[in-house]
Amino acid sequence: MAIQIQTPFTEQAARSLRAGDRVLLSGTIYTARDAAHKRLCEMVARGEKLPFDPMDGIVYYVGPAPARPGRPIGSAGPTTSYRMDAYAPTLIGLGLRGMIGKGYRSSQVVDAMRQYGGVYFAAIGGAGALIGRSIKAAEVIAFEDLGPEALRRLQVEDFPLTVVIDSEGNDLYQIGRREYLESLNR
Amino acid sequence: MREISTIAVTQAVRDACIEANYHLPADVAECIGRCRRQEPFAVAQDILDNIQKNIEVAAEGVYPLCQDTGFAAVFLELGQEVHITGGSLYDAVNEGVRQGYTEGYLRKSILNDPLRRVNTKDNTPAFITTTIVPGDKLRLTVAPKGGGSENMSRLAMLKPSDGVEGVKQFVLETVEKAGPNPCPPIVVGVGVGGTFDQVALAAKRALLRSLDEPNPDPLYAQLEQELLEKINALGIGPQGFGGRTTALGVLIEQLPCHITGLPVAVNISCHVTRHASRQL
Repeated sequence: MAIQIQTPFTEQAARSLRAGDRVLLSGTIYTARDAAHKRLCEMVARGEKLPFDPMDGIVYYVGPAPARPGRPIGSAGPTTSYRMDAYAPTLIGLGLRGMIGKGYRSSQVVDAMRQYGGVYFAAIGGAGALIGRSIKAAEVIAFEDLGPEALRRLQVEDFPLTVVIDSEGNDLYQIGRREYLESLNR
Repeated sequence: MREISTIAVTQAVRDACIEANYHLPADVAECIGRCRRQEPFAVAQDILDNIQKNIEVAAEGVYPLCQDTGFAAVFLELGQEVHITGGSLYDAVNEGVRQGYTEGYLRKSILNDPLRRVNTKDNTPAFITTTIVPGDKLRLTVAPKGGGSENMSRLAMLKPSDGVEGVKQFVLETVEKAGPNPCPPIVVGVGVGGTFDQVALAAKRALLRSLDEPNPDPLYAQLEQELLEKINALGIGPQGFGGRTTALGVLIEQLPCHITGLPVAVNISCHVTRHASRQL
């Protein structure tokens, strides 16, 4: 059974999730990938106000394909998260509660998630058509010059995600693999 | 000399860019179906179901298979009796990429320079490999390749004494290190032999081969099979959540090499291993 979650995504909600949980996310989330993260962290370093409030927010690591006329967005699956590892702890320190991507995270990111109460979700990499179709609205709110890497606000409804790393540092990439290998010996 | 106009080249490249990004080759789609039927782990079955559903949605022609519609790797097999008319062949290929990526609503992911990092906004330039072949035809293949799996690729200049065991170990280590990052189930392109530069190209070219066609040399066909079984015993599974289906196939291309060396390159590709061809 999938757990329904909404934005704002509170610390209490984040700390209640466990690695391996399936969730359906509804609400407002923000897209940012490599170039946008670099700019966000430069703004933080200069003490400027960010284009969105990270507190209890969720960032989706995605550079969507262009929208066709009459559609909010194109294909929109996750990109590989480790490239954002250098920047993620800064945003988590500002209250960012959730990250959506795919693939491994660094120990610094996991430490920040433990300290502040954050969750790392995975969406299905390479299922961009399926995910794009489930996004209800999309709007560029900053860094338009970056094209696919611009910062977007998305409205999502029942976006299917899996908790990969929870706020205690449990990691589905280790647990899932171990469980599968153990199941072969049963 | 047979004449082929650059207009025809542009049109063919444009169409192939769009076809490749919306329609997964039948051998890859069928392999995913076969792996789904053989997958014993429930979490992995669910992921493979979603991947199959994604292929169906993309084939409707509205949303490309993946948002990373890739860099355009273009392979040209140019007959030596062909005369290209109407301008530069490579300009015509790039114009086809520009039109395909714009008119097909595909993502523009190419930067002008690795350090200046400004988007060229039309996904050009294409990454073109040309081979001159006998005959009077031009065969072109567009293989859009995602950056996430490309980043997990590796190359090693092994010693002759490392032998086939060294090759196997390097391939397995590369897949293991990549884990969930390249969107498994993956297709593993392997180049063995050649030179530092040629071995990487061999690994990439190997990814163009059908998953239904083993290497024509039985020694390498057997190695492909053995590596696939070993990779699928790692337990990484679809998306890295655990399971049998870590790879859909291993495709090796071997080349002659120098007495001092045993180059090996592993080009990892995701489950959206795309390519489309045209013959002019």
